[in-house]
Amino acid sequence: MNIGVIVFPGSNCDRDCYHVCQEVLGQHTHLIWHQETSLRGVDAVILPGGFSYGDYLRTGSIARFSPIMEAVKRYAAEGGLLLGICNGFQILLEAGLLPGAMHRNKNLSFICEDAYVKVENASTPFTSQCESGQVLKLPIAHAEGNYYTDSVTLSALQANAQIVFRYCDRDGRVTPDSNPNGSLDNIAGIRNAAGNVVGLMPHPERCAEELLNNQDGLLIFQSMLKAFNQPVTKP
Amino acid sequence: MKAKIFVTLKQGIHDPQGQAIYQSLTTLGFQNVADVRMGKLLEVDLKETDQEKAESTVKSMCQKLLANPVIEDFRYELLGP
Repeated sequence: MNIGVIVFPGSNCDRDCYHVCQEVLGQHTHLIWHQETSLRGVDAVILPGGFSYGDYLRTGSIARFSPIMEAVKRYAAEGGLLLGICNGFQILLEAGLLPGAMHRNKNLSFICEDAYVKVENASTPFTSQCESGQVLKLPIAHAEGNYYTDSVTLSALQANAQIVFRYCDRDGRVTPDSNPNGSLDNIAGIRNAAGNVVGLMPHPERCAEELLNNQDGLLIFQSMLKAFNQPVTKP
Repeated sequence: MKAKIFVTLKQGIHDPQGQAIYQSLTTLGFQNVADVRMGKLLEVDLKETDQEKAESTVKSMCQKLLANPVIEDFRYELLGP
């Protein structure tokens, strides 16, 4: 499998994603600079975390106009596997590839801690190796993770199983107390209607090998690999 | 021509920054403050003298980049020749 990791000025999790895909997953991985216009025929694309363009104006708002994003949009429209992590998720929202918007955390703090998330949809290309309802411990590190959308869109997300991850407590209970940032409906990650685009705020690439004492994040990357090896069409 | 563009959160959208400022003002003794909403002011210098063209340019830049229609509204003032 060939995986592309897009590098924007200010990305800082690009090398971690590269490491997990190349070294842990053992797949050919390419770092693709945002000024490039071709995705080089890769089989999956990751928009990594970081602070693209210094988070100026709004998180992800300027990165969405990088030259590579035209290719990313075409690729997503053709059903390509596309994962946005943290700032990558914010870019997907700004680019309109996923619905909604990110807003300042409710407590205004930059939150850097382990969070528990419940896998609400285990049949996406990025969660198929998880059990439905499984609780994952994944680190979060963001100041703008307070997901918002209007009530019509939220209902559609709920009805179409587009909510992929929700913040929960250690036992999988989705409660206001387990919501670290004020995100609407405890949303930590969503998918598009077609199912090939997923965005999440937590960082699976930071917990994907034994050395780090947490391998929950590896499931996301293994799911992506499985989706490539055994493609299935899911709603 | 100059454009002053105000980008503000839509009504009903929670504004944690405005709330923090509100609380701080209350702590400082400004007991007559009822609420605070925070937004952005952008000053854009336009190489344009035609009012209509300037207006359509400003609208377009707000819709495409300066405001996020999911959570923000915008308004603008055009100043000078």
